[in-house]
Amino acid sequence: MAKGKVTFKEDICKGCELCTTVCPVKIITMDRSKINAKGYNPATVTDMDKCIGCANCATICPDVVITVERFK
Amino acid sequence: MTIVFERTKGLTDVETHYCPGCTHGIIHRLVGEAMVELGVLEKAIGVAPVGCSVFAYNYFNCDMHEAAHGRAPAVATGIKRVHPDKFVFTYQGDGDLASIGTAEIVHAAHRGEKISTIFVNNAIYGMTGGQMAPTTLVGQKATTAPGGRSEEHSGRPIRMSEMLATIHGAKFVERVAVNTPANIRKAKKAIIECFKVQLEGKGFGIVEVLSTCPTNWGMTAPEAMKWLEDNMIPYYPLGNFRRPEEAE
Repeated sequence: MAKGKVTFKEDICKGCELCTTVCPVKIITMDRSKINAKGYNPATVTDMDKCIGCANCATICPDVVITVERFK
Repeated sequence: MTIVFERTKGLTDVETHYCPGCTHGIIHRLVGEAMVELGVLEKAIGVAPVGCSVFAYNYFNCDMHEAAHGRAPAVATGIKRVHPDKFVFTYQGDGDLASIGTAEIVHAAHRGEKISTIFVNNAIYGMTGGQMAPTTLVGQKATTAPGGRSEEHSGRPIRMSEMLATIHGAKFVERVAVNTPANIRKAKKAIIECFKVQLEGKGFGIVEVLSTCPTNWGMTAPEAMKWLEDNMIPYYPLGNFRRPEEAE
């Protein structure tokens, strides 16, 4: 059971990959199958069930792409 | 479900023009969050610099003013003296504050102006294409120092926080970094403490934020964060240099 949920506004992601480096459960990857409106491969989550809702990804994101929710 | 992280009201909905991985975006957000948490957004007036963050007035959700290169502390002085009840901050880079604007920042601190400064130090001139700045590290390559900065030719990089901490009017001086989530959280605490020094009428405050420039450093964003940690933090040590109670 996931403890948290992250939502990415993929259209404003600049593909810098910083979020992928700070995720403690390593579930963020760059989606190489998609190109967003800005022309970048956006970040995405592979296995949301593993998310712990720590907000590390959102804390380091320079473009405020990520919203984090935590289950009570 | 509880939302634990969302876009702060301290920022507008405008997407920034910054390069991918540029830490200006993180620092903008911290300043916006700090203003919201202190409840000063409605009475805040920011002064934007010249440099990469020249368009900062589009991104902060408060009244903003643009200043000539390096002159943000002088403009902020005027605003604060006319509107002493407002919250006034400057947002400046190292090419702005540590080079052409050295006189303005030193004398704003020396007069003890009740303003707050966010000083973003990425050790290079970003907007103009990666020239050597006063803060560029010895050996670091720049377009005007293709073999790396030479100490014999250009001296060692200037440590602004240490210098400003010797000035009596500077009541809060701290250096932070935004290379890891833990350091980003510490940076936000420092910014809030710095803003409080102004709100309590104690005097001048500055937070120096070690930042990256992946584009002009020629690195990916994660590599730039590592470079900051390995090269900048040893020369620019993190920590507080001055609090109001220590200033006497």
